[in-house]
Amino acid sequence: MIIELGHYALILALVVAAVQSVFPVWGALKSDHRLMAMAPGLAILMFLLTCVAFAALTWAYLTSDFSLLNTYQNSHSDKPLLYKFSGVWGNHEGSILLWVLILVLFGALVAVFSRNIPQQLRAATLGAQGWVSFAFLLFVIVASNPFERISPAPLQGAGLNPMLQDVGLAIHPPLLYIGYVGFSIVFAFAAAALMLGKLDAAWARWVRPWILVSWIFLTLGIAIGSYWAYYELGWGGWWFWDPVENASFMPWLTGTALLHSAIVMERRDALKVWTVFLALLTFSLSLLGTFLVRSGVLTSVHAFAVDPARGLFILAILLIFVGGSLTLFAWRAPLLRQGGLFAPISREGSLVLNNLFLTTACAAVFVGTLYPLVLEAFTGDKISVGEPFFNLTFGPIMVPVLILIPFGQLLAWKRGDIWGVAQRLTSAFILAILATVALVWFMGASTTSIMTAFGFGLAFWAIFGSLWEIVDRSQVFKVGFARAMARVKGFPPTVWSTVLGHAGLGITVLGIVTTLAFESEHVEVMHPGETLEQNGYHITYENSWTRNGANYQELVSQYTLRKGDKIVGIMEPAKRAYVSSGMPMSETSIATFGFSQVYFATGDTDENGGIVTRIYFKPLITLIWIGTLFMSLGGVIALLDRRLRVGAPVSARKRKAAKNAIASAAPTPAE
Amino acid sequence: MKMKFILVLISSMLLGAPLAYAVNPDEVLQDPVLESRARVISKEVRCVVCQNQSIDDSNAQLAKDLRLLVRERLVEGDSNQEVLDYLVARYGEFVLLKPRFALHTLFLWGGGPLALLIGSFFLWRASKKKKYAPLATSTAGVKPLTAEEQAELDKLMSSK
Repeated sequence: MIIELGHYALILALVVAAVQSVFPVWGALKSDHRLMAMAPGLAILMFLLTCVAFAALTWAYLTSDFSLLNTYQNSHSDKPLLYKFSGVWGNHEGSILLWVLILVLFGALVAVFSRNIPQQLRAATLGAQGWVSFAFLLFVIVASNPFERISPAPLQGAGLNPMLQDVGLAIHPPLLYIGYVGFSIVFAFAAAALMLGKLDAAWARWVRPWILVSWIFLTLGIAIGSYWAYYELGWGGWWFWDPVENASFMPWLTGTALLHSAIVMERRDALKVWTVFLALLTFSLSLLGTFLVRSGVLTSVHAFAVDPARGLFILAILLIFVGGSLTLFAWRAPLLRQGGLFAPISREGSLVLNNLFLTTACAAVFVGTLYPLVLEAFTGDKISVGEPFFNLTFGPIMVPVLILIPFGQLLAWKRGDIWGVAQRLTSAFILAILATVALVWFMGASTTSIMTAFGFGLAFWAIFGSLWEIVDRSQVFKVGFARAMARVKGFPPTVWSTVLGHAGLGITVLGIVTTLAFESEHVEVMHPGETLEQNGYHITYENSWTRNGANYQELVSQYTLRKGDKIVGIMEPAKRAYVSSGMPMSETSIATFGFSQVYFATGDTDENGGIVTRIYFKPLITLIWIGTLFMSLGGVIALLDRRLRVGAPVSARKRKAAKNAIASAAPTPAE
Repeated sequence: MKMKFILVLISSMLLGAPLAYAVNPDEVLQDPVLESRARVISKEVRCVVCQNQSIDDSNAQLAKDLRLLVRERLVEGDSNQEVLDYLVARYGEFVLLKPRFALHTLFLWGGGPLALLIGSFFLWRASKKKKYAPLATSTAGVKPLTAEEQAELDKLMSSK
């Protein structure tokens, strides 16, 4: 009964989506207040109905109701509670339902939190969000229905894929989806602006919080997915340039570009057409990612045809939205006026370059991801595009991005003075050189290649160069420490968000370069009591024993990690066999020292009691994820900016005027 | 990423491979120089039955066979390029994770640089156009205010 209620609620949500797709938009175009006023209520209603559907499915999982096909195929009554819960989205149908839930959640959030935006824009935006909701609700009901029953009901389920029985499944997909799907609301805002033909700096101010929220979650989602793969897959890799990863990375790249171009639009009323285009592009890439992951096209072009209902349905959604939005763009964008002019060397100019490089990087990833599919579909030739390709094509594009970051932060709006900025950054440059030399010396100068040293230099330049903005703005060398501190306290949040975001990127790059250049791997067959010496550690294999878990049995092997005479870690990697599937799994064991990690995984045992032991030394690897935390924190601080919450354009303009007055009163550096 | 897990699993199930990751101690060559060359090559060779994994990372039986084959060729005195050519001759271009630069991969390799060129061209054109566009033209095509908007504007102006 509860299942049928959920099913019914989902169908009602589809009907509500149909209404929301038509009437508020009509109202917005005809200035009919009654029709426009429907939008917020409908959005909230659709969210509540989808909640009921999602809750019903969750209930089926928690109570192990195997009369439901989806639960039978993907759950097991012995599963720990957490995995019963996260198992709801550990399969195709549930995962798409979570996608839709987040989609309608964003619609409801706009309905609740955007009371200060003009009624017309809000109605048109929610209408456009209604189109996306309708398409995906229809997809769930027609081609991915999680509410199908089976009779007679089996006594036991088939169980969740052991690889997914991890806390990562509880966190990674929801975060990633919030990021992914959040861009739908940005898309809806862009479509609404195009329909209404009104696009100004205020629009950018209303949209920016939504871009920020999506970007923060997408950043965290990708980072957590990467860490999950790192400890779960068991060979120490943390990024594979897998098409599924690229699917989430492409919207991140254009989303990052959008984040920056929206700032230019908000502050200077420039880059309007481009910003709208990026908004459409970013969500199109989210849809493309959904298509790649959910249609089965990745396994092979032919597997796609095996289940045409799903694959073709998402392909149709993709084509309709991408084609439709591009048509709308081509038709309406020429009507939008270009605003604020600026010289090529200026803050705006540097942000334009940022956009150029980020979209180019995205294009490189896009071609690398889709080219093999297209080539196979048209000529039948099979080629592989993997890590070595992406390192060669994506890597170089990041070099200018990192070099430009500190310049972008210090250049003035409208017209900047590049040599003046270069002079102000001299100290940061020297600091970066010193840090690079110190790290090269610490890692061992003889084993460091020129490329690695260059990578260190770039990372430190991004870190110190972005932090330098604090020193530069505080004018500590001119006004003394006490007054400088007072200035620092008075910084607007945007300064901190920029500094943290950019320094975070530098930290991530530092982690990547160090890990790639200095990670090492040791594979040995070890016998109980045997000790080996590696990278300054004494590693002793003690013994192995079997242990019973909730729904698995595992062979645990214990190693003692010593530095000198001191025990610094007891490592217990394990090999698991899951009861329901009999599938083997490797559980890694990781010890963290500072920012570096030592990573253990076990392999086969031999008849003499020996066990294949893999030990990886990963210097500074945690910086990769710590950097992403800084980037996200930068996003959160940007979101706290009061100007984004006080949406009224008039007061904002006043505030800006006041700010400009302060800025012009303050001593400005020579330009 | 989830998908990847599933695919890795499916491939390992299909092959019935034992759960041993990548290079095993019994495969390693005595000569450290040859071994490190073998590792470099292995990272560029795809495990053809896996989803986007190099033979260096894969635990499939086929990947193991390929790793041994690579080492065999190296011991026989092949250069890195000769080993790759040998593998391509046997398994097709599909084994290369870094496709060769040829006519059919022209757009693959050129796509990124092409995007950069096109983007730069548009920027260059935009920067030129802006310089010469007189400011006054930017008001062309502006819709006149509606009566309501004019009234609201008057109200705002008078309230000051």
